[in-house]
Amino acid sequence: MEAISKPVKKKDHDAKMSGRALYVDDHVLEGMLLGRLLHSAKAKARITRITLPELPEGYYVVDKHDVPGINYVHIVQDDTPVFVEDTVEYVGDPILMVVGPELKEVERILTEIVVVYEELVPILDMLKSDTVFFNYNYAKGDIQRALKEADRVFIETFQTGYQEQAYLETQGMLAYPHDGRMTVRGSLQCPYYVHGAVAKALGYEEKDVQIIQDVTGGGFGGKEAFPSILACQTAVAAKKANKPVKVIFERREDMEFTSKRHPSVCTYKVAVKDGEITGMDIDVLFNSGAYTTLSPVVLQRGLICANGVYRLDNLRVVGRAVKTNTVPCGAYRGFGAPQTFFAVEMMMDHLAKEMSLDSLELKQRYMVKQGDATSTGGKYHFHVPLPEMIEQIEELTNYREKRRQYRNQTGRYRKGIGMSMFFHGCGFTGSGERDIIKAVVRIRKNPDDTVEILASNSDIGQGLKTTFSKIVADTLGISLARVLIENPDTDRVPDSGPTVASRSLMTVGGLLRRAAERLKQEWQAGEEQVIEEHFVEPDFVIPFSIAEFKGDAYPTYSWSVNAIEVEVDTLTATTKILGAWGTFDVGVPVDINIILGQMEGGFLQGIGYASMEEMNCNEQGMIRNNSFSDYIIPTALDVPNLVTKIINNPYTHGPYGAKGAGELPLVGAAPAYVEAMENALGVNLNKAPFTPEDTMRVLLGGLN
Amino acid sequence: MVEFILNGQEVVSKAQANQRLLDVLRQEFRITGVKCGCKEGECGACSVILDGKLVNSCLVALGSIEGSTVTTIEGYRETERYAALDKAYASVSAVQCGFCIPGMILASECILAKNPNPTEAEIRAGISGNLCRCTGYNAIVQAISIAAEEGKGLW
Repeated sequence: MEAISKPVKKKDHDAKMSGRALYVDDHVLEGMLLGRLLHSAKAKARITRITLPELPEGYYVVDKHDVPGINYVHIVQDDTPVFVEDTVEYVGDPILMVVGPELKEVERILTEIVVVYEELVPILDMLKSDTVFFNYNYAKGDIQRALKEADRVFIETFQTGYQEQAYLETQGMLAYPHDGRMTVRGSLQCPYYVHGAVAKALGYEEKDVQIIQDVTGGGFGGKEAFPSILACQTAVAAKKANKPVKVIFERREDMEFTSKRHPSVCTYKVAVKDGEITGMDIDVLFNSGAYTTLSPVVLQRGLICANGVYRLDNLRVVGRAVKTNTVPCGAYRGFGAPQTFFAVEMMMDHLAKEMSLDSLELKQRYMVKQGDATSTGGKYHFHVPLPEMIEQIEELTNYREKRRQYRNQTGRYRKGIGMSMFFHGCGFTGSGERDIIKAVVRIRKNPDDTVEILASNSDIGQGLKTTFSKIVADTLGISLARVLIENPDTDRVPDSGPTVASRSLMTVGGLLRRAAERLKQEWQAGEEQVIEEHFVEPDFVIPFSIAEFKGDAYPTYSWSVNAIEVEVDTLTATTKILGAWGTFDVGVPVDINIILGQMEGGFLQGIGYASMEEMNCNEQGMIRNNSFSDYIIPTALDVPNLVTKIINNPYTHGPYGAKGAGELPLVGAAPAYVEAMENALGVNLNKAPFTPEDTMRVLLGGLN
Repeated sequence: MVEFILNGQEVVSKAQANQRLLDVLRQEFRITGVKCGCKEGECGACSVILDGKLVNSCLVALGSIEGSTVTTIEGYRETERYAALDKAYASVSAVQCGFCIPGMILASECILAKNPNPTEAEIRAGISGNLCRCTGYNAIVQAISIAAEEGKGLW
């Protein structure tokens, strides 16, 4: 283990452990009002009339008329309204907010508001959508020819469902006007995203808006874009009332109306000639929901890895993110990749069966290696450690032998094992880092020779305060206690970009390392010094063009192999997970405990996505699974035997050899689990999550 | 008026008897270590120890606790047992976003108070009513087991 990997007590441990850490709902300000939104009850309708009850003194109704700036939230394309205009586009669309001193009274007022809708016909099924928000396609080689000359062409469709981030702390925001400015603080990942959005909605100059991240109870992508919406609404209410306003979502509200992982339908057409895979023609469909939010970027990432970790000379990938009258989808750990990795891994598994091979044997034949071209004509510049990772998993699980043993079982209890191999592209997709984000960090040395980190990335539980501090402390050769880091406040920190895309440690951590190296050279004891660093794209990168979908979509990749073993009770259709093993290459861990925590937590979220986390809409477009009673996430009892290993594969351009880590462990759990279910049940399966109800359908002969 | 003992002190609540203990603690007594994750008894973030038992304070009506003893993280953090758990949780970095942690610590206490030498399976069962979305639970299970070992005699 490298010296930097040695674990330390986390910077935020004491405050969180002792219950002293203050989350947004823990703040109470003088004269503060509490707010609650009125959400649309219809999936698509025109609002013809809204009747308000008489408001008691001190209570306000806030809607589109109160937005002083632009009534749209700045995300990527600004089509998400702060408060709806005349039509509603999904069940949950925010119509207005009621604020006042007592929440009970606010709730009473809400129940007395009458909204008259003229109902329109909603589109709830993505396959029936008539609006394509985004479409991209790219190709290499000659797929038409490969398909024409093939001995056999296999066509299959794969489906994945919603996944809810289920952070334990629901969305929450607190806004307060003062001195002609607006401060908004709350549970969020990306202070400068919120900053830009609030300034536009209020029509304020950027200098008159301040955003502060409070201690945040989990994000997982769910607090990337959504907080911008809630912050605009809360700030508009605070502006109107001229008082502090706090809005904390209820769990059901959070589950029904905040962004989730995009459901997908992927169709793979695979050409096989002389026993070789000669091409893949891939069609990817993502359900964007009612507004565009982050769908273009989620779709891009999903498309780039649609061929998995496999080398294919002839490839065509076509993708669309379409509109439906359902809750807008957005960022969730993995960001489009879990959907297509599920599809391609299952496709390879099914192809192997057709070719009378074990899936691992087939996959190994096509695995990429260092120097190979990526799907978009970039290059895998660095070592691809998949072969040794597969052997490590084999050693831990006896995979090959079990896989054989578990074929053709009879009897009540049947076992199965499955394996997946995958990567996660580290950092922003394409040229976003270079052209859009242009990250800046500062470190400030105080006269007492403490050093403060000034960056806009937020610690949302992933340990960033600790890993950032370790990088700076170790580079400067000072104790960790002398490195200071607060939650970001846009009045104090430069824009080092959002806390997303597994970029913070690799990219921003790299800038901090450079800043600390410079400070070390220029160090003057007892003086105040400020060092600033700006993002520079590594020179080996083949520039990415989004217009052509060509080049290095990512500078490097994190790699992983997972195996999951199950035992199905064919009487009750329940499944016990006997073991889940994952080996991960995230470069050098900047702290081994933190990295293991990320891998274990992400892997378990992935197993939830694979096996139990089912969420659907009813015929009216309403999310049915809107509580922890109906949307089941894993408890401590579900996967007792979850084993994670880290392999050492330093990334030469990352700080201390580190690269992206946070998202990787979620990406490949679903195909490993569903392959294991196939192995146990002796059938082909095409959907995730694969729940006990699905198992029951297979056992009754209804599915496949 | 409901009287009970909160973190060792006799207190009187003026809230209505049908109020959730969770809301009374957070709003009337400004006890912010008790977190609200769902208000439906599913997540365990609002766990408190009520007369020696771990309960979801969102499912407890104030009127039912007359004369009872309630311990939250604010009281528990002053104990030696907390110190042992604190050290153990820190050693394996078991705290990520921290929102489940006050409840999880009180759950840890209840496991060890009942059984000072729990098996891994017993620990997992003991925290199974406390959801954590960050850690995958391994580090938390490990921390409780370390605390049991290092804190011998405390429980």
